[in-house]
Amino acid sequence: MSELIVHSPGLYTTVQDTGRDGHYDIGMPPSGAMDQYSYRAANLLVGNPEDAAALEATYIGPRLEFTDDRLVAVTGADAPVSRNGEPVPAWQTLAVRAGDVLSFEMITAGARIYIAVGGGVDVPEYLGSRSTYTLTGLGGHQGRKLAEGDRLPLGEAAAGGGAPREGAAVADALRPAFWEVTPVRTVVGLCSYRLTEGGTRSFLDTTWKVTKDADRVGYRLRGGTLDFIERQQPFGAGSDPANVVDLGYPVGSIQVPGGDEPIVLLNDAVTGGGYATIGTVVSADRDRIAQAKTGDQVSFEPVDLDGALAARRDRRQRLDRVRDALRS
Amino acid sequence: MVRTALTLPPARYEHGGDEYVFVEIDQAMSLEANFKAMTVTTALRQRAVDGVVDICPSNASYLIRVDPDRLHPADLVKELRALEESATELTSEQTLHTRVIDVPVLYDDPWTRETLMRFRDRHQDPEATDLEYAARINGFSGTGPLIEALSGAPYIVTMLGFVPGLPFCYQMVPRDRQIEVPKYVRPRTDTPERAFGYGGAFAVVYPVRGAGGYQLFGLAPAPVFDGSQTLPDFRERLVFPRPGDILRYRAIDQGEFDEVRGEVERGTFRYRIRPYDFRPADFLADPDAVTNELLEVLYR
Repeated sequence: MSELIVHSPGLYTTVQDTGRDGHYDIGMPPSGAMDQYSYRAANLLVGNPEDAAALEATYIGPRLEFTDDRLVAVTGADAPVSRNGEPVPAWQTLAVRAGDVLSFEMITAGARIYIAVGGGVDVPEYLGSRSTYTLTGLGGHQGRKLAEGDRLPLGEAAAGGGAPREGAAVADALRPAFWEVTPVRTVVGLCSYRLTEGGTRSFLDTTWKVTKDADRVGYRLRGGTLDFIERQQPFGAGSDPANVVDLGYPVGSIQVPGGDEPIVLLNDAVTGGGYATIGTVVSADRDRIAQAKTGDQVSFEPVDLDGALAARRDRRQRLDRVRDALRS
Repeated sequence: MVRTALTLPPARYEHGGDEYVFVEIDQAMSLEANFKAMTVTTALRQRAVDGVVDICPSNASYLIRVDPDRLHPADLVKELRALEESATELTSEQTLHTRVIDVPVLYDDPWTRETLMRFRDRHQDPEATDLEYAARINGFSGTGPLIEALSGAPYIVTMLGFVPGLPFCYQMVPRDRQIEVPKYVRPRTDTPERAFGYGGAFAVVYPVRGAGGYQLFGLAPAPVFDGSQTLPDFRERLVFPRPGDILRYRAIDQGEFDEVRGEVERGTFRYRIRPYDFRPADFLADPDAVTNELLEVLYR
């Protein structure tokens, strides 16, 4: 049976796919790969359907042994990759044989590495997805991050030779950039009426630093202070000026408890609560913030709905170009 | 026939990036606002609009997730505005087929007390427990009368979320008797699984251990979330509460707590559930009469 043997799990490596949609109403976040662009490109590099399950590693990559001949590809954050100790390139189709070991050195830019294997990681689906949601211990491999000695089942690689050849690569221009200050396009709104004009300006003008509280649930940022409009709090909200009557939180929404620590909610988001939310990161730029790590800087660029939809189309077109280039 | 106008300010429509539409029916909590959120989201669900991914009614608002490749978010807003305009009043004929449920709670339990004492530096009143603080700011003479008020009248589930299965519950008493407390100044990083908490005007049971900002009042012996789906009440659905459920958080003693824990661990526990046709208009007209009937239905 084909498996992936985990010699060392890295810091926080989980099975992820496009996500578990349609259960937000019971409080179940979508989970799924945080940087969908890199994850999908990794699948295209090994000839998988774009939504096959792959591994997402945060900060420190895993060491993995293969038990049969496979294609594999590594995308996302920059981290030197080796096959049996010999350096191999990222963003390229690689071939491995039974007994080969893939390993990583420290990340040099970005935060999350994606590892796709031909045939995909074949853990059972839970509510329509193979994504791991560790808070409740559901999905993925036993509902948790990988541990030493785990053996992950792999699916059958697609028949018919549609897969790219070894050495096929994603062009530099189609790989995501890593910034000194990551620009994150954001639709301001939701409960932004809670902020003073100066508060909104300060939110957009500040360069925010990613704190150590930055995980798949959300990123807590620091760097400025946001002023709230004083008001008689509405019934049921609670007396703090950042309190609202508990409401649904969009994935990507930014809440501001206390006014000085914006929290951007991401794929394992809490789905609702009672802090004012002041805007939402557009879906395409959740990829970008996912590659910002503790200590990195981000800034919010206001866009309207059309701008958000344009960013989404642009990501789709770039992925289509990756697919077309690998086919020809 | 009783008619209650849903007199509310015009709803506010907001785009949460490219994938979400957030609709704030009112900034303040009221059952009218919640019924309106339920009415509009139920109507949207019945229309089965292509491209709508999630429909999440919440306390005085609702959230819709769309797939913008199939449905333009601005077109969804047009549809929602039309639904809002048609939901203007409640009549006695509008009935919610729901369930009345007994939820045992050990108030002032040792486990949540241990947790809340660890986070006094994040609290409005570091010298008091959460119950003592809540009793004081709500004008009760002590924690006993507060617990009596908390467990005396049932609550309606007005929203699910935060984490899977967490029910936001709004007590079914007139506004002047509703208990209100602030959330913690800074959220805790730890909360026991099944803690009974209170924030703003909402009571909750935390489904899993984790962060939380509500005042901690007690601990429930039975779960609201069961990922393994072994308990009979969870076979069909991994979370127990549903929006519109009516829950009574009955005060129990340590003996009953241990008994229920035993049943949960053996996999035999079942909630006491009675079906009930709830008429929101009747409730708004005479809340005390309806809550008396609810308790009668539940325990007869």
